[in-house]
Amino acid sequence: MIRRTTAIAAVTWTELVRLKVFYFLVIFALLIIGNSFFLARFSFEEEFQMLKDIALGAMSIFSSLLAILATATLLPKDMEDRTIYTILAKPVSRVEYLLGKLAGVFLLLTLAVLLMGAVFAVVLTLRTQTLLHQASVEMAGLPAGELQTALEKIRSAGRDPNLLAGGAVILVKSWLLAAMTMFISTFATSTIFTTITAFAVYFIGHLQATAREYWQAADGTGFFSKSALAVVALIFPDLQAFNLVDDIVTGAAIPPAIFWKTLALGAGYIAVYTALAAAVFHHKEL
Amino acid sequence: MRRAALWTVVIAALLIFGAARLPFEKSLEAAHREAGLRSAALNIELREQIGQLAYAAALSGFRSLVAAFLWIEAHTAWEQTAWGRMAGLFQSVTGLQPRSLVYWDLASWHMAWNASIAARDNPKEPSEFLRRRAEREYHEIGRDFLQRGIDNNPDAYLLRERMGIMLRDKFSDHCGAADAFAAAAERPEAPPYVKRLAAYELSQCEGREREAYERLRAIYLLGEDERLPRVITLINELEEKLDIPPSDRLAPAERD
Repeated sequence: MIRRTTAIAAVTWTELVRLKVFYFLVIFALLIIGNSFFLARFSFEEEFQMLKDIALGAMSIFSSLLAILATATLLPKDMEDRTIYTILAKPVSRVEYLLGKLAGVFLLLTLAVLLMGAVFAVVLTLRTQTLLHQASVEMAGLPAGELQTALEKIRSAGRDPNLLAGGAVILVKSWLLAAMTMFISTFATSTIFTTITAFAVYFIGHLQATAREYWQAADGTGFFSKSALAVVALIFPDLQAFNLVDDIVTGAAIPPAIFWKTLALGAGYIAVYTALAAAVFHHKEL
Repeated sequence: MRRAALWTVVIAALLIFGAARLPFEKSLEAAHREAGLRSAALNIELREQIGQLAYAAALSGFRSLVAAFLWIEAHTAWEQTAWGRMAGLFQSVTGLQPRSLVYWDLASWHMAWNASIAARDNPKEPSEFLRRRAEREYHEIGRDFLQRGIDNNPDAYLLRERMGIMLRDKFSDHCGAADAFAAAAERPEAPPYVKRLAAYELSQCEGREREAYERLRAIYLLGEDERLPRVITLINELEEKLDIPPSDRLAPAERD
């Protein structure tokens, strides 16, 4: 089973790479590098703050877009090309096929997030080094202790281990979106339907926590409103739980226990959406 | 399995999973908030400030990105000396990223220093009274930014220290400045000089000279590193002012 799934994952990966999806990385790199030149006009605190804001925000946008758009095309494309019939005519189960497809997307997303993270890390390191050099020259007349304090301030602004945790959460969120989109595409009639529905779920998912809060609040909300809120809270994923980079860039740390709990929630969503996708796909008329 | 039965099972599975994850998600949300994550409350007021599109983007997980672009816009407004527009943009940025000390700090600095001086020296306003009033209004706006920043980040020393500087330099409120510096000094990561700043300001606060003397004395007794010329000068001045008996006085060598 693993061999067949891996083979399908490898083919899916190749297909997606041939779609030239990695061109977005050029845009990402231009955005980050271009911004870092523009941001050089700001104070170093402002510059690092905004570099992190923009880089992690862009990583989040690109990985989410890639997860939804890449996954939405997979099943319809195979059906249109009729390759799905050739694959399933061989001793490959539908579950293996689906898992292989999803594994290919996961691989693509992992590489995309790693590459974006690498670009960000390089730009951040280069800017930190440049600023350290400038500060050393400009503050050469200061007492050694004060100079070291100033340099350490620049170093600590450019170095934050929590950014790695933020990157990991972005990756898990993109996997979750891919699994969710795969589930939608198993019953969707077209790529457009899958994409639109996935984006709708994406937006609603970011409001799920608010719906849950209102649903469980003991106020005078009517029965129908409460029911609608309950449906949103129970059916849709809580995507705000994976939206931690906004606070990480401001210096908030993710304690290990919370980090692992967040990843566990993501793993739960991925498992359930994959299982539901497999169940629906198993009974789908091809 | 028939289609209807399949969908019944799928929807039931989603609902069961939803019910099962509910307590986990609630506890995770509480843990996130306790750790300072998921801290910003995006309200209707903010939507009116930043517009529908930016608000939708902020709701969709791109809060920090929207804040960064609005900050860049505010920087452009600064270059055009459009102070009112800048203040509005700062409101939006700090609303989007209330945990970012840099945004609160710089927003207050731009308002209380740059905008206020520009208003005071405004060549288009002939009335000295109106220029001074505008200057004071920008001081107030700057102070308001810092106060809200402190309310959102009670454990951070930086904004309290900035508040002390603002009260000292812009409001000549030495008692308030002393209290702000003292509050900053109590926060983790506060550098040692903040404690000295609190004592310096307290020495200029009418009626609290005795307290200032005790604090300066405690600082002096911490060791040689803390016996800075200003500490010694202030101790000597306060000893004179408070009529401290010669036998109880500190730092006699520096008095001459």
